[in-house]
Amino acid sequence: MQLPQDLRYTSSHEWVRDNGDGTFTVGITDHAQDQLGSVVFAEVQAVGKTVKAGNPAGVVESVKAVSDIYCPLDAEVLAANPDLDATPELINEDPYGKGWLFTIRPADASALSGLLDAAGYQASVG
Amino acid sequence: MQQDDTAVRPLPLAQRHAEYGARFAPFAGYSMPMQYTGILEEHHAVRTSVGLFDVSHMGELRITGRRALEAVNTLVTADLRDTAVGQARYGLLCHPDGGIVDDLLIYKMGASDYLLCVNASNRAKDLAFIQAHLIDGATVADESDAWVQLAVQGPDATEILQPLSVVDLDDIAYYHFEEGQLAGVRCLISRTGYTGEDGFEIYIPTDQAEGVFDRILSTGKPMGMALCGLGARDTLRLEARMPLYGNDLTDATNPLEAGLGWAVKWDKPEPFIGRDALAAIKAQGVTRRLRGVKLRERGVPRAGYGLRVGGEEVGQLTSGTHSPTLGVGIGMGYVAVQHAEAPQVDVIIRDKAVPADLMKKPFYQR
Repeated sequence: MQLPQDLRYTSSHEWVRDNGDGTFTVGITDHAQDQLGSVVFAEVQAVGKTVKAGNPAGVVESVKAVSDIYCPLDAEVLAANPDLDATPELINEDPYGKGWLFTIRPADASALSGLLDAAGYQASVG
Repeated sequence: MQQDDTAVRPLPLAQRHAEYGARFAPFAGYSMPMQYTGILEEHHAVRTSVGLFDVSHMGELRITGRRALEAVNTLVTADLRDTAVGQARYGLLCHPDGGIVDDLLIYKMGASDYLLCVNASNRAKDLAFIQAHLIDGATVADESDAWVQLAVQGPDATEILQPLSVVDLDDIAYYHFEEGQLAGVRCLISRTGYTGEDGFEIYIPTDQAEGVFDRILSTGKPMGMALCGLGARDTLRLEARMPLYGNDLTDATNPLEAGLGWAVKWDKPEPFIGRDALAAIKAQGVTRRLRGVKLRERGVPRAGYGLRVGGEEVGQLTSGTHSPTLGVGIGMGYVAVQHAEAPQVDVIIRDKAVPADLMKKPFYQR
């Protein structure tokens, strides 16, 4: 399982990258995409909205199931990855790169430190 | 599904599936392989080459005796009178009110010997139903644990199995079977399936099944055979528009609205259970029809999603998935009869109306 050390994580299997300009990029972890299997659809309904931490911002669907994707922090959802409309399989192929889901601008950027680090996430998935 | 997940049983070949990387999930009381390498990959292997499925969860009930033919004909909607030994028929068991108890395959093994292949989730219900309605001169036995069933499905199925088979597989026509040696074991080899492809369903005595499984896989693998789980079985059957009991067929649906009127034989000397109720439904006309939906936009239809025409609720999906072959969302559901001929419906996905073609034909035909 790939688990980049420079990212923060949630126990609901999102990763968060600090872009250094007050915005953060969110995706799902390698473990999550592996558990889901072949992703065939992704949609971020919350673009342009302010979402509370832990509330759904979108969905990812595999052949078998629908999974909610949660906003990791209290934040405004800025944009969704436009490539996922045509190629949702990027979530399987490159979960920490081209398969990113959406960007956010949190109300309080320092809240990031309250999320799990790589070791903490690893422990949470066993 | 009303299954107790803690009470699941392993398949006889569970160890093999684990060795090949299966991911298991409970289904119909068994821990079943859902996928090995991935549903899409497994699906495409069946459409373009061949796939191997362990479907030993399916139940096998055997009806024998001097009056076995009359007994079967009283139970199922099919008519077995003109069925030859070596032939299989699709049929339904119905409640007295016409609701579907189960859909099944009936193999004529001998003059007074019928093997019924039933859905795993219905095995106990079917056995009780048959015992309650069995006429004198016939007996029923539950042989489900005695058989491992492997499905070899795809355009290369014959080519891969022939070197292992004493029987000339080209001699087995669709919906026919032969009993013969396969990989040195006497099996029932049936040219049937649940994928929309050519292929075979092979019934193997449980105590000799592992060797047969190994031989099929070692012969097939170099030729592109993929191990396939229930995930791909579901996408394959849905593309072929084959109904699934528990989703598209239930105790509360009847064969006529399900589009299975062709499997109901009215003119048998022994009226089957449910015949009178079904005749009345036929005379009055059905209130809804099972239809296919094919999304015109991005999205994945799922069982339970609502269907609307012009903003009016007209039904609900009973199955849905992403079609790996077509690359679009497909599903099946019951549509109120006055809207069943509409060209288009809206599928309600998370409160959004997504337009879809309303279809009578399979989404995929080989």
